[in-house]
Amino acid sequence: MKVGIPKEMQQNELRVAATKQTVIRLKKQGFEVLVCAGCGLRAKISDDEYVSAGAEVVATIEELYSKSDIILKVQPPTEQELSMMKRGTLLMSYLYPAQNGELLKKLAEAGINSIAMDAIPRISRAQKMDVLSSMANIAGYRAVIEAANHFGRFLNGQITAAGKVEPAKVLVIGAGVAGLAAIGTAKSLGAIVRAFDTRKETAEQIQSMGAQFITVEIDEDGSTASGYSKTMSQAFIDAEMALFLKQAEEVDIIVTTAQIPGKEAPKLLLDYHVKAMKPGSVIVDLAASTGGNCVFTKKDEIITTDNGVIIVGKVDTLPNQASFLYGNNMCHLLDDMGKADNFKIDMTDDIIKRAMVTYEGKINWPPEPLAVSAQKTTETPKVSPVDEAALKAKKAKKAIVSNVITLAVLALVMFLLGKVAPSNFMGHMTAFVLAVFVGWNVIWNVTHALHTPLMSVTNAISGIIVIGGLLQIQDNIADPRNILAFVAVLIATINIVGGFMVTYRMLNMFKK
Amino acid sequence: MITKEIQIAAYLFASILFIMSLSGLSSQESAKKGVIYGIVGMIVALISTLLSLNIQDGYIYILVAVVIASAIGIIVARKVEMTAMPELIALLHSFVGLATVLVGFSSYIDPATYYINKDLYEFIIVLVGFSSYIDPATLLLDGAELSIHMVEIYIGIFIGAVTFSGSIIAWGKLTEKISSKPFVFKGKDALNVVLLLATIILCVLFMRETGTDGMIYLVIMTAIACFFGMMMVMAIGGADMPVVISMLNSLSGWTASASGFMLGNDLLIVTGALVGSSGAILSIIMCKAMNRSFFSVISGGFGQEIKTGKKMEGTVKSITHEEAAEILNDAQSVIIVPGYGMAVAKAQYPVHDLVEKLRNQGKSVKFGIHPVAGRLPGHMNVLLAEANVPYDIVLEMDEVNPDMPETDVAMIIGANDTVNPGAQEDPSSPIYGMPVVEVWKAKRVIVIKRSMAVGYAGVENPLFYKENTDMLYGDAKSSVEKINASLK
Repeated sequence: MKVGIPKEMQQNELRVAATKQTVIRLKKQGFEVLVCAGCGLRAKISDDEYVSAGAEVVATIEELYSKSDIILKVQPPTEQELSMMKRGTLLMSYLYPAQNGELLKKLAEAGINSIAMDAIPRISRAQKMDVLSSMANIAGYRAVIEAANHFGRFLNGQITAAGKVEPAKVLVIGAGVAGLAAIGTAKSLGAIVRAFDTRKETAEQIQSMGAQFITVEIDEDGSTASGYSKTMSQAFIDAEMALFLKQAEEVDIIVTTAQIPGKEAPKLLLDYHVKAMKPGSVIVDLAASTGGNCVFTKKDEIITTDNGVIIVGKVDTLPNQASFLYGNNMCHLLDDMGKADNFKIDMTDDIIKRAMVTYEGKINWPPEPLAVSAQKTTETPKVSPVDEAALKAKKAKKAIVSNVITLAVLALVMFLLGKVAPSNFMGHMTAFVLAVFVGWNVIWNVTHALHTPLMSVTNAISGIIVIGGLLQIQDNIADPRNILAFVAVLIATINIVGGFMVTYRMLNMFKK
Repeated sequence: MITKEIQIAAYLFASILFIMSLSGLSSQESAKKGVIYGIVGMIVALISTLLSLNIQDGYIYILVAVVIASAIGIIVARKVEMTAMPELIALLHSFVGLATVLVGFSSYIDPATYYINKDLYEFIIVLVGFSSYIDPATLLLDGAELSIHMVEIYIGIFIGAVTFSGSIIAWGKLTEKISSKPFVFKGKDALNVVLLLATIILCVLFMRETGTDGMIYLVIMTAIACFFGMMMVMAIGGADMPVVISMLNSLSGWTASASGFMLGNDLLIVTGALVGSSGAILSIIMCKAMNRSFFSVISGGFGQEIKTGKKMEGTVKSITHEEAAEILNDAQSVIIVPGYGMAVAKAQYPVHDLVEKLRNQGKSVKFGIHPVAGRLPGHMNVLLAEANVPYDIVLEMDEVNPDMPETDVAMIIGANDTVNPGAQEDPSSPIYGMPVVEVWKAKRVIVIKRSMAVGYAGVENPLFYKENTDMLYGDAKSSVEKINASLK
């Protein structure tokens, strides 16, 4: 089967669907790979690199489309591209199916089976194919780099001979993949990072990245089964706005990442928020393409407000890195579809049936919903502190009573034993019981790693039974006692010698 | 040749040395010193015993026995492979059991043991020979003392015989001369109760006899005890072997203790008690590590049928050796979890090479050892030590579990039940609640395994169906060798 990598038609699209590594992977999966001449130039990948990875370079786009069975692309195809594809081609690309009804119709008419990479369901099995996650990761990283670029100071705190520098304070709004990547990047640059999200379940993730989770006092969870957050109540929004105002006065950099699928991005930073910020502060708005989270954001532009706040609406996509991850996502999907040898479009598969937006001439959108969000924990019934204390006291009492009973029984047993047993026996019993206690305490200290040597050394030591044999040895060789004792001495000595030697041999092996 | 007081002092010294020997095992650094203490203690005990004996020709027999035994012991200790340690240990346990039985019988037929003062026995005989105005019967043990002595012999032989036969079966199972599958039959428990009652009745009959007339009861009891030990170990499955071995270790200690009571020898009592409690602790640790009670292990039969908890969902992915090597190349931190499969395939040497290669690339490599991995407590540690893996990267389960989420690759070599996520996630699983190495929390998991077969517990492993798990089928040794070849 032939996989084709066309050149992206859109001028401002710098990415390409495959890098050299992608081609290597595709070849390993058993595909033949065709690349359009010059397709990787904007992502700084030369045709030679593709060739060295085993791809065949095709001069024109027309030829590429006519030869390929599977097309890997980044941007949705244009009319012109669509017309070049043959029927039955499998197209894998961003398609934005929710907004692009017209395009879906055309794809279906042209008999093209198309997988919308942006419609891969966000379940854990599909994480490795999730282009939204891998692109969001890049965006989050880059957002902080852009912010640092426009911010006139260090991000980390320093104490130098020339004076002390306070660390920058960064607020990240929305802790999705992009938000978390932004937190990680800002943190590693040394900034103090805080993050806000309406979904309570993100608190742990935020803290795990090293940021402080800030929240409003109203108890409302924005989680939905789709993994995105829902629109919140008015009371919540009011509290949220007040919180942002307080933060805006304090922080130096704000990164916003809040998006709602298929809708305009929520406006989270209003004019009074921006006015409250210090001059020189930076806002990076990752939702710029869907209208922006800040009222002043302009798509693909960097503006400075009257009070000196820089608002970045354009974030570089790191085309080379993005192409690499995007290509990997696609390879994983092809892996799942059976590689070249067992390639099969399985419309019963959870991932394929949702992402395959047109199949055999029919539109297959929107898909049935699928729950991904971690299940809400059911609240455990709270035990009031009074009850707990009482319970504890009760338990302690019980423990005392059972201890007393045990000791009493033990004393009774000892007494009865002392009554009937001769003093000789009691002496031996004393030694026995004390030895058990000593052994008990000593052995608990033995490290787990030395349990085998412990067993072999106790083996050797229990060869002490040899003494029993020695005491029974007689001068008369034919005495039955002598024969029994001889055998006993023999095997017990094997134990002693063998046990000690093998233990020593083993311990010699333990080296740092 | 030495007085009784000096001998007791020597025994006391030996006991102290034995205790120091065991406490030396608390760390790798002091362990070797511990063994030396044990050897010195043993020499002190033996020499003081030999000096107290009242024999001439007997010394020659002792010398012969010791020379033969030492030769055998040295050869075995040198030759044994570390993978065969469980077998050796089981065999040595059986020796202790057998020696106790022999000493017990010998002690029973020794007339000296029936006299109040054993040291004066020879003297009494002389007196009795010269004239008859002393009735030897007045010097015999009587009443409670005699009863206690008889019971001591009886119990000593009983425990010794159980240890002996149980260990022999354990040895057979470990060397695969006997199927390692649990062997149970209906009415096993009832039969055990009957046998136990028979043993008690025989004891009463035995005590009624005078002189050595009770020999027949003693022999029947020994046979029953042997059968008892055999049945007990036969019923236990392969996965429970660490518990069985620990239990037999404990029994061999109690055996020595019992013969100490029999002979009135405090050194035997003390040493036996030390070993007995050591084995008991090991059994407890092993049972805890499997989340099972000691009695459920002993009653046996675990893991004989496949009991699936939940139905498995998802697919199993397999990878090639080259892909596994690539994954390892990309990883920064690796945790290796070995199991019995590594021991069977003798894969510890290629595993060591793998570790060396990865460490030379600057990666962090650690081992996570489950307490019951292998057939013997601490078995994996010894195998890895044999292959020169430094012991400070060989960690316990509880030490590696917190690091799992930050680990790039968890590599499982021949382990199954000890890495089963069902133990935490699936309450219907038979091993639910057992502590396990949480490998599935690592970013990627590579499982080296011969096939999809279930482990000893007979439980399906949902780990293999996890999204981040890749299976690498094949023998552990050749698989690791192939990965080594493809590693950079």
